[in-house]
Amino acid sequence: MKLRHGTFSYLPDLTDDEIAAQVRYALDHAWPVSVEFTDDPHPRNVYWEMWGLPMFDLTEPDGVLAQINECRATFPNSYVRVLAYDARLGRQTTAMSFLVQRPAREPDLQLTRVEGENRTQRYAVQSRATTEREGAWQP
Amino acid sequence: MSRTGFGHYRPGAEDTVPTTAPAEPEETVETTLGEDAELDLSRDEATARVEGTLAKLEAELVGLAAVKRRVREIASLLLVDRARRQFGLASSRPTLHMSFAGGPGTGKTTVALRMAEILHALGYLRVPRVHTVTRDDLVGQFIGHTAPKTKEAIARAAGGILFIDEAYYLFRPENERDYGQEVIEILLTEMENERGSLVVIFAGYPDRMATFFAANPGLSSRVPHHIGFDDYTHPELVQIADLMVAAENFRFDDEAREAFSSYLTRRMERPQFSNARSVRNAVERSRLRQARRLVELDRPLNRDDLITLTAEDIYGSSLFNEPNR
Repeated sequence: MKLRHGTFSYLPDLTDDEIAAQVRYALDHAWPVSVEFTDDPHPRNVYWEMWGLPMFDLTEPDGVLAQINECRATFPNSYVRVLAYDARLGRQTTAMSFLVQRPAREPDLQLTRVEGENRTQRYAVQSRATTEREGAWQP
Repeated sequence: MSRTGFGHYRPGAEDTVPTTAPAEPEETVETTLGEDAELDLSRDEATARVEGTLAKLEAELVGLAAVKRRVREIASLLLVDRARRQFGLASSRPTLHMSFAGGPGTGKTTVALRMAEILHALGYLRVPRVHTVTRDDLVGQFIGHTAPKTKEAIARAAGGILFIDEAYYLFRPENERDYGQEVIEILLTEMENERGSLVVIFAGYPDRMATFFAANPGLSSRVPHHIGFDDYTHPELVQIADLMVAAENFRFDDEAREAFSSYLTRRMERPQFSNARSVRNAVERSRLRQARRLVELDRPLNRDDLITLTAEDIYGSSLFNEPNR
């Protein structure tokens, strides 16, 4: 399952030059850029692991690309995304978020039955990546 | 089948999109000229910009003939290199890392700023910006702190010039657990990086720079341009003072120029004389004394009063009060 997450997710995957151009756009707006990664593509998985601290006071995208590449090298089988945070008063939110790496094989999501209160039947979305993880808890 | 175009995911279709598409070959901006074509360097628009910057360097800085010649040489080399590329003659990107060795206040930072403009005009830098760092900005306080700090400094300087002031403090041979060595190693890999358009300038006082490079042969061999900044002579310093005073919309009257000249003679004998910086400080202090004099005059002032520095303002310096040694 190809994860459609964040900006540009319905475009072909960005090349490094395109990523650099997008990062430059963020830096030109004075948005600090940060890199995050995860192996769980669940839509409710909002907080991904941070790769280092957000990068402040940059003007050129080279430093961000160096961090992206380090993160890719360390976690070749993870999703990696780039975030740009707009700290302006009144906005103070993520201005841009896009994927820069996806694993070679992307496990899909699974709909499972869940027992609710009073034996009600509910459904839950579970990402198969987490159950396939080494040492994962198998129900 | 690799899906590189638009379209929704179809469960049956094979889905093998590479995580990063291979980088496209860099397109050549200039069209290649024919073998018998001629290129007029003086008509190149980059030449005009470089000439403008060189003229600015010439006008701003007094003396420093050797430095100016060297900067001009480097600029010419890059211009010719650019012309060669227009003829399709391949050559690797020239190594542009430099070392500026000279006494305090001899204009190392100013030349670095102009160098950034020249390299930017020729397309070797993306931005004409100089990021100045010292040991504190590069070396960490504990194990594992140095590399991120150095990389952060490099990231901030990316596309421009990283100016390392008093570079010899990076290397402390007397303490083998010093983290400065790590900085040098990271810098070396970054300087070797062909793709990055970072230019590193090491600056410092001449004698200690010589020891620094002698102790780090790997670094020395990657810095092809060593530029020496000579101390200014007395007439040059007087000329600098005139320029500085004029830039601040002041002027010396004739006696004051005499006084300043003799002030400089005394000042130059003192230890810690730092060339143009000392001149600037001296001018600043005479402005202070001028202001006090004007306030104490207790009469309406005209324009002439406000812009003239008199001998009295110069002779007020503590240098003249000391008994002659």
